[in-house]
Amino acid sequence: MPALMTPLAITAYTATSAMGRGLAAQLDALQCARSGLRPNDFSSAPLDCWVGRVDDVEQAPLPAALATWECRNNRLAWLGLNQDGFIDRVHAARARYGAGRIALLLGTSTASIGATEEAYRRLDPDGGFADDMLRPAIHAPHSLVGFVAAALGLEGPCLTISTACSSSAKVFANAERMIRLGLVDAAVVGGVDTLCDSVLFGFNALELVSPAPCRPFDAARNGISIGEAAGFALLERADVAPDAPQLLGYGEASDAHHMSTPHPDGLGAELALRDALARAGLDAAQVDYINLHGTASLKNDEVEAALVSRAFPVRTRASSTKGFTGHTLGAAGIVEATIALQAIEHDLIPGNLGGSTPDPICGAQFAWHNEQQRVEVALSNSFGFGGNNACLAFARAGRAA
Amino acid sequence: MSTLRVYVDGVGLWSPQLADFAALKSSLAGTVPTPPPARPAAATLPPNERRRAPESVLLAVEVAGQAVAMSGREAATLACVFASAHGDQPITDYMCATLARAPAELSPIRFHNSVHNAAVGYWTIATGCHAPSTAVAAQRASFGAGLLEAVSQVLADQRPVLLVCSDTAGDEPLLEITGCTQPFGCALVLAPEASTTSLATLDLSVTSRLAGGELAEPLPGWHDANASAAALPLLALLARGHGRCQLDAAATLGLQIDMESVA
Repeated sequence: MPALMTPLAITAYTATSAMGRGLAAQLDALQCARSGLRPNDFSSAPLDCWVGRVDDVEQAPLPAALATWECRNNRLAWLGLNQDGFIDRVHAARARYGAGRIALLLGTSTASIGATEEAYRRLDPDGGFADDMLRPAIHAPHSLVGFVAAALGLEGPCLTISTACSSSAKVFANAERMIRLGLVDAAVVGGVDTLCDSVLFGFNALELVSPAPCRPFDAARNGISIGEAAGFALLERADVAPDAPQLLGYGEASDAHHMSTPHPDGLGAELALRDALARAGLDAAQVDYINLHGTASLKNDEVEAALVSRAFPVRTRASSTKGFTGHTLGAAGIVEATIALQAIEHDLIPGNLGGSTPDPICGAQFAWHNEQQRVEVALSNSFGFGGNNACLAFARAGRAA
Repeated sequence: MSTLRVYVDGVGLWSPQLADFAALKSSLAGTVPTPPPARPAAATLPPNERRRAPESVLLAVEVAGQAVAMSGREAATLACVFASAHGDQPITDYMCATLARAPAELSPIRFHNSVHNAAVGYWTIATGCHAPSTAVAAQRASFGAGLLEAVSQVLADQRPVLLVCSDTAGDEPLLEITGCTQPFGCALVLAPEASTTSLATLDLSVTSRLAGGELAEPLPGWHDANASAAALPLLALLARGHGRCQLDAAATLGLQIDMESVA
């Protein structure tokens, strides 16, 4: 049983996805039940599927001083950092604590592998990378974090977490441990993943991609829609920001079952949930909303719906928001964390977009359409390949303990 | 900030020249150890998985298995931090080459083995481990940054943690980018309290980045040939029994480590 966690303040957060740039666009899409999915127009030979693409990433070059980090994934990271005044908040924290006292902990599944793919498409006649592609830092899993460290001028602990689709949920746990141990005073967490051939053709090869917009928890669901996103949050001790929403707890666990199929009984997912509730000091009945992993794959949704039914009372509302964004893979954890935080801030339960004929396995907890109600406590589930599970617990500032 | 203290209960090591930690000790004592077979044994994996597993998984599982066996602990009880600067370079090469030529022919197995957490995924499956597991990267600082993460898990949750850091060799054209000319992997089992199997204490403090000390021959060449071999200064201390070393934990951050044997 983990010890009760001292809550941390989330003093800034932002997200950019197919729903739009920044929190206002995201909230508007959620309130209007407007999906960001579109027919796939990515890559030279687009697969017949739908994607959650961010507009105009190609038209947003990096500042000249950061040009050595140029690639599509870092452009999306830069676009994301520039929303909601996030950079200013980090600069203020840096001035307050010092650049070495802020950790940078970001999740990504494929980082800028799209740049490596491009390098292989246009190798020199001698078989080597073209000169403009001879930038080792962008052909490595740490590309995103190296870029963001340079862009934000941070000099503290700096780590890439890459556990597939749970990556940018787990970063909240890394941050809490470092702050608790006094290694740092604050942490920038988040994650970025962009559309690339590796994931489009890879998930296609696994027969997990739907030809239509994804339908999480629908009886006729037939696979995921892949998306891209960037999201970030700034975590500090709660006493410096008593009015900020809080990270109450987190849970992490492993399925020990299969590389690309979830445990049939949701064992790791439930262990992560119980771990998060225990750290947060919560009973399941105190949870107002769960943002589900809900990818629209046959197996994930079946296992996760059963977990919701056995773990939560009907008053707990549950939905997947993958129908808005697509599955943004390593960025899904942070994007859905920001949706959980907006649910708290705006008392909005986002409806489970795309589930027009609910799978009968889904219990009465599911919110198929938007609901307006008080949200004090919200959870977010994120599960990844390798049986890697994470669950986050957030709460409104000043929630009576 | 105060010093972070953890106990080392097990050490694993594999490179083309060194079959295990004992081989590093004998090498530093001046003998030339018998090199291991070309393919890491990875005996923890079931035989069918061992036949199919990519080299990156075999290497990580081999060193993890060595360290856990030395610690005498149950693998299923250990939280896992697996670090690698580059992941599986042969799979990256296969994926990018196939996508450039005939993307629809991409192998589904190679794709799911391409995730950075493939090795830790196979490890948790083979050992029935439901504890938290993670896969991390930090370029040439992957060992130091992974060590800092593992130590923070040990101390924050007061639980033993298995740290693995490994990279395989690359081939052209990726080799020009990664500079990994030979494989290297190592593992530590770290614990919050001393136990009967504890070998050493580590006292870690975060510092500004300083130049590292000189390594004895033949370690410098191995150090330069693989990003994960940045662990060698600490492994050499563990082999010798005491001393201080400095590792990179990030581009601008160092870790100073004072190591003492447990009597």
